[in-house]
Amino acid sequence: MKRVLLIWRKSLNLVMLSLTGVAAFGVVSVLFLILGYLIWNGSTSLNLDFFLKLPRPEGEVGGGVANAIVGSLKLLFLAAIIGLPVGLLAGVYLAEFGGKTFSFIVRYTTDLLNGVPSIVIGMFAYALAVLPVKHYSTMAGGVALGIMVVPITVRATEEFLRAIPNSLREGAMALGASKWKTIATVVVPAAAGGIITGMLLALARVAGETAPLIFTALGNQYWSPGWGQPISSLPLVVYTYAISPYDDWRRQAWAAGLVLLALVLLANIGCRIVINRKGVRSV
Amino acid sequence: MSTATTSIEHAAPPASGPRALLRRLRNGDEVAHVVTLIFAALILLVTSLLVYELWVRSGPTRAASGLSFLWTSTWDPIGGNFGAVPFIFGTLVTSLLALLIAVPLGLAAAIFLAELAPRNVSDTTAFLIDLLAAVPSVIYGVLGIFVVVPMMRTTIGPALKKSLGFLPFFRGPNYGVGFLTASIVLTIMIVPYIISVSREVLLTVPRDQREAALGLGATRWESTWKVVVPWARTGIMGSIFLALARALGETMAVTMVIGNNPKIAASLFAPGYTIAAVIANEFNEATSDLHRSGLMELGLVLFLMTFILNGLARLLIIATERGGGRG
Amino acid sequence: MRKTLVVLFLLAAFSGTAGAQSGTVLLNAAGATFPAPIYTKWFDVYHTAHSNVQINYQAIGSGAGIAQLTAGTVDFGASDMPMTDDQLAKVKGKALHFPTVLGAVVPTYNIPGVTGDLNFTQKALAGIYLGTITKWNDPEIVKANPGVKLPADDIVVVHRSDGSGTSFIFTDFLSKVSPDWKSKVGAGTSPNWPVGLGGKGNDGVTGLVKQTPDSIGYVELIYALSQKIPYGAVQNAAGKFMKADLTGVSAAAAGAAKTMPDDFRVSITNAPGPGSYPISSFTWLLIPAHFDDANKGQAVKGFLAWMIGDGQSYNEGLSYAKLPPPVVAKEKKALSQIQ
Repeated sequence: MKRVLLIWRKSLNLVMLSLTGVAAFGVVSVLFLILGYLIWNGSTSLNLDFFLKLPRPEGEVGGGVANAIVGSLKLLFLAAIIGLPVGLLAGVYLAEFGGKTFSFIVRYTTDLLNGVPSIVIGMFAYALAVLPVKHYSTMAGGVALGIMVVPITVRATEEFLRAIPNSLREGAMALGASKWKTIATVVVPAAAGGIITGMLLALARVAGETAPLIFTALGNQYWSPGWGQPISSLPLVVYTYAISPYDDWRRQAWAAGLVLLALVLLANIGCRIVINRKGVRSV
Repeated sequence: MSTATTSIEHAAPPASGPRALLRRLRNGDEVAHVVTLIFAALILLVTSLLVYELWVRSGPTRAASGLSFLWTSTWDPIGGNFGAVPFIFGTLVTSLLALLIAVPLGLAAAIFLAELAPRNVSDTTAFLIDLLAAVPSVIYGVLGIFVVVPMMRTTIGPALKKSLGFLPFFRGPNYGVGFLTASIVLTIMIVPYIISVSREVLLTVPRDQREAALGLGATRWESTWKVVVPWARTGIMGSIFLALARALGETMAVTMVIGNNPKIAASLFAPGYTIAAVIANEFNEATSDLHRSGLMELGLVLFLMTFILNGLARLLIIATERGGGRG
Repeated sequence: MRKTLVVLFLLAAFSGTAGAQSGTVLLNAAGATFPAPIYTKWFDVYHTAHSNVQINYQAIGSGAGIAQLTAGTVDFGASDMPMTDDQLAKVKGKALHFPTVLGAVVPTYNIPGVTGDLNFTQKALAGIYLGTITKWNDPEIVKANPGVKLPADDIVVVHRSDGSGTSFIFTDFLSKVSPDWKSKVGAGTSPNWPVGLGGKGNDGVTGLVKQTPDSIGYVELIYALSQKIPYGAVQNAAGKFMKADLTGVSAAAAGAAKTMPDDFRVSITNAPGPGSYPISSFTWLLIPAHFDDANKGQAVKGFLAWMIGDGQSYNEGLSYAKLPPPVVAKEKKALSQIQ
């Protein structure tokens, strides 16, 4: 009897573990399918012009998305400085300081905020940052994306701070560090890997968002000076070009998608290098 | 301690008054507490402001139809008649179905990456999967149209009909677009969140937990499923929340593959509509205040739905919590 | 420390990115997607000739164009439908309509076995979209297409899911030719379609039609031409079956030019005249009558004057019809209203 049970357990082990491998393989192959599609359709448009020139009017060949690339960078920069600190500090509060009920409310609300369609956040940012000044602007786009960055960052920060065992905290405090010093110099760095993953995930998500930008940054065929004018961005380019009737623009849409992914990849790599150099990694 | 009659001013801090406040402020912990509290409260502020905006801007339709908005099924912008039912139905069906497929898939992949794959393979793969989160919604939509829709019409649909056609879910004409296609596209979009966060959380489970289980004679799978995963339960649930939220609010990709027909149907092959999709489709061209107000009210309804769904999910967590894992 | 420096440097770099030269007039406009190709072409050509005028046009939809003009967040708007009196009342000051180009909406279909052009009577189109005509071999369709073998299959109706001026033009036409349609559905950018699948954008509709056998949809003429999509002929008010082309569209406009009101708000669907294409429409730029910034006002006036003259020579290259001369003359006079 024991024999049978052992064989059953061993076969279950094999089957389940193989299934997990299949699942992982399946997901990764979908990714490669998407990448392949983008490369197949977009690589012909990836010439130097694409990166350096401004868009040509519809129907004309050539031109590029230089202003969209810079636009995306500017917008992501704003989103990061607006949203990441809020997410990080709120996550620290929930994990280290929070009172039971207030924390529950904050967590719940964060999840709610995450579920709001990006287009509604765009409309909200429109009411907040565009209407009062009667002007579409890069700033407004940054605000909209900044709001969207917060929920994922909060969740990731809280979860990974909680994963740090209390022994670490207690050890630091036993050495005389105050609570906040412990958090800032011991706990957060220890959880840095997971937190940064969360931040990158959040930024990656907003990097590809179009709907909120339509109501805030509007779009621009030209360069956008400063932070107060409408501005172009890669997802907006993908959106407008992909559904246009012009083949040249469509190819540029895929190319723009590729550039977007490349940007996110570079940011990911850059952050990983920085973390690994500093020598901190989650337990 | 000396019994000299030295003053005892700094023996104990005064309990209240301006002196106390100053002392507390100089204490870094209090400052940190207050500062982080403010940021946490900021989230509440922004969300309340958002709900307030939605409430105010949906004024006209709320005044016109009141609560009947929630059970009317017509959506007629020209006639001025607005009802939320088909959209609520569509949003629920697509999101929940997507979760149903994505959670096992994502969790399985995360387990593989965290437990079985060699570290550098796991890291690289996770890297690449994170990239999926950055793919613009529109590209998912276009891929949906060019790849998933034809597959649904020519391969998947007929296969499902042949094997499960007796179920009401798989009856009726199959256009290629519809609830099922939208759910599949959503699944692909939300799986990266589940995998990414779950993998990281699984990696934080202390090694001694696994080793203890294996030491007791458990197979690899048993140690993973019965010890490691429960330990990481709250983190995994967190990732599911993230995924659900994304599914509920997804607009572009869904509208390109769901058929955009505001009707309720039992068949998963039928075209449908979601709240986010109709807002994205109609808001820009809405030429009447009543129309815009109706769309805002739909936004409010989605908010309510997210509220309820989150509540139910949390109750589920509390019900299954047996005190395992970290507090 | 190093990181702070990097951040500051990036900030400086971004802020200074190609700062606007002094003397440049930056205008922001938004609205209809239908004429976006010709508008962006015009603004680009105009900018090359007048490098101090930079007009940024974003196609976010006619409704949004009207809304943003009313809110004052753009300098001028564009719309495929004329503004209603209610909407005009909400704008601070006066808003003027300036027709720019003409376009058309065509029916496209995908029927196995049918390769030629189909003729659609007015009743047929209305019936199909109302859901009262359900099969391709319905007598109403057959009688207009002698010699074509139409199958006894169910018609799959495709329409636009997103609110659009194209839908407005199409439903405006249907409302004029079918009292049933007018009472049940009416004309608008987001009608409550009785039947059918919704595709997002011209692209979505075309995609659905291409992939679904026995389907019918409607798209803009320029889209059909540039994507080489087969489309059918529609019966006009005089009873003739017209396949859309630029001459037919101009003929529709010329007929309407005689009775055009001074504010240019007119619908030319189902226009009289044997050579008119029945599903045609003007599209308008919505210009405030008064500009606070005199430079902007001058720039806009200059552009409009160019648009109704030299600008029109670019229309046909992008498959838009030119404005008929009587309309151009009228617009020239109306320019003086802008201050």
